[in-house]
Amino acid sequence: MSRDLAVALALARKDALAELRGRVATGTTLFFGALVLLLFGFALGPDADRLRQAAPGLLWLAIVFAGLLAVGRLHESETEDGALEQLSLYPVGRHALYAGKALAGFVAMLVLGAVLLPVMALLYGVDLASALAPLALVLVLGAAGFAAVATCYAALTVRMRSRELLLPLLVLPVVAPLLLAAVKATAGALGGDPFGELGAWLALLAAFAVLMLVAGAATYRFALED
Amino acid sequence: MKTRILGWLALVAIAAATLNSLVGVPADLNQGDAQRIMYVHVPSAWLAYLSFGVTALGGIGWLWRRDPRFDWAALAGAEIGVLFTAFTLWAGAMWGRPVWGTFYQWEDPRILSTTVLLALYAGYLLLRRLTDDPIRRANRAAVVGIVAALDIPIVHFSVEWWRGLHQGPTIGSPERIFNPAAPDLFVRALLSMLAAFTLAWLYLMIRRYQLAALHARTDEAARRGSLAAARAAAEPGVPDVVPARPVEPAS
Repeated sequence: MSRDLAVALALARKDALAELRGRVATGTTLFFGALVLLLFGFALGPDADRLRQAAPGLLWLAIVFAGLLAVGRLHESETEDGALEQLSLYPVGRHALYAGKALAGFVAMLVLGAVLLPVMALLYGVDLASALAPLALVLVLGAAGFAAVATCYAALTVRMRSRELLLPLLVLPVVAPLLLAAVKATAGALGGDPFGELGAWLALLAAFAVLMLVAGAATYRFALED
Repeated sequence: MKTRILGWLALVAIAAATLNSLVGVPADLNQGDAQRIMYVHVPSAWLAYLSFGVTALGGIGWLWRRDPRFDWAALAGAEIGVLFTAFTLWAGAMWGRPVWGTFYQWEDPRILSTTVLLALYAGYLLLRRLTDDPIRRANRAAVVGIVAALDIPIVHFSVEWWRGLHQGPTIGSPERIFNPAAPDLFVRALLSMLAAFTLAWLYLMIRRYQLAALHARTDEAARRGSLAAARAAAEPGVPDVVPARPVEPAS
């Protein structure tokens, strides 16, 4: 158990290091996410009230779209120089590899959210200061759920030629409830939760994350086995 | 032969149930003849869920026993499930237009979850199409089929809450129509259609499974290069240019 944890941490650390040194994915995915937010503004603006109302939904769409790139990239980078073969030859449980990859994806999603949230606030004129704690909680749970699904599916598609096309088509329907819950929770947090439903949505996000993490850990070896 | 009898039986049953639901029971007092769509709408939805259940179980069976027959059943379930899901949505839209005044209703959670269901399994079929190797295909499909099945209840709850936390229950939801308080006549018409549809489903599932088995056999034959060998045998003068490849070891 502790060995699995060490493997997972080492794998996530390796991905983080590679990213810190190369800085390829971070820059491009953050830029892409911010661009999506900007273009949503063009599509729905210039009415400021309308933008503010749609802000939670637009934020999460930007996070999900950019997240597909970020998490997909974590597996694509393994295909270079036969790294994936090496990885799958390690005599460790596949669930440990999954945990490491999902952890790296989770951190990437957190960075994405932490940057896109203020960008959204700036572009659409939304006040974040009063709701930072619940927003952080929504972000953490949403990032965990998304990373859980996308990591499993990225491993599944990474060896396919059409992976860039297929990954979003597979992940997006699965994360539909996550998107819904995250948007409602974000709107609740920003609007002071007048209906008292924030807790229910956070619970749904947590349940989604736990379920998908268990499913991912159990099936990752079949997704990776090629 | 037995399958053919089942097919004819299903056809006769559907014809009888259709006749009954069209002329055997009176039109609904409020919705008129449009309500009759419910007799095919509800059975389709039920069979869609049944099919995806088969897909999930087939996926688990494949990963557990490594027997391709589980994969064939999973494929049959997904394809026929997508068919019935699409039909459910289509019939719902045809009913919604005269009764609700709109084809697609964002207020109704069931429509939303059914649409997500369609997208989930369309992705499953697409993934299968894009993978040639049968073992990889079965592996990948099994993972997606299992994750999709786990997702269904979450999708269901999320859209229920989405509407439910704000507003009262949706008007004209299938549950109300299917209310036990409805006259026996209507319930009986629905149940007979349900039985007829399930027979047809069983027939389609068996046929799709058989087709998958045949596909696997021809693929396997091509893989072994026995086609080339057969060609060489038919024309003794032509040398066998395609050497028989050994069967790939199962990974």
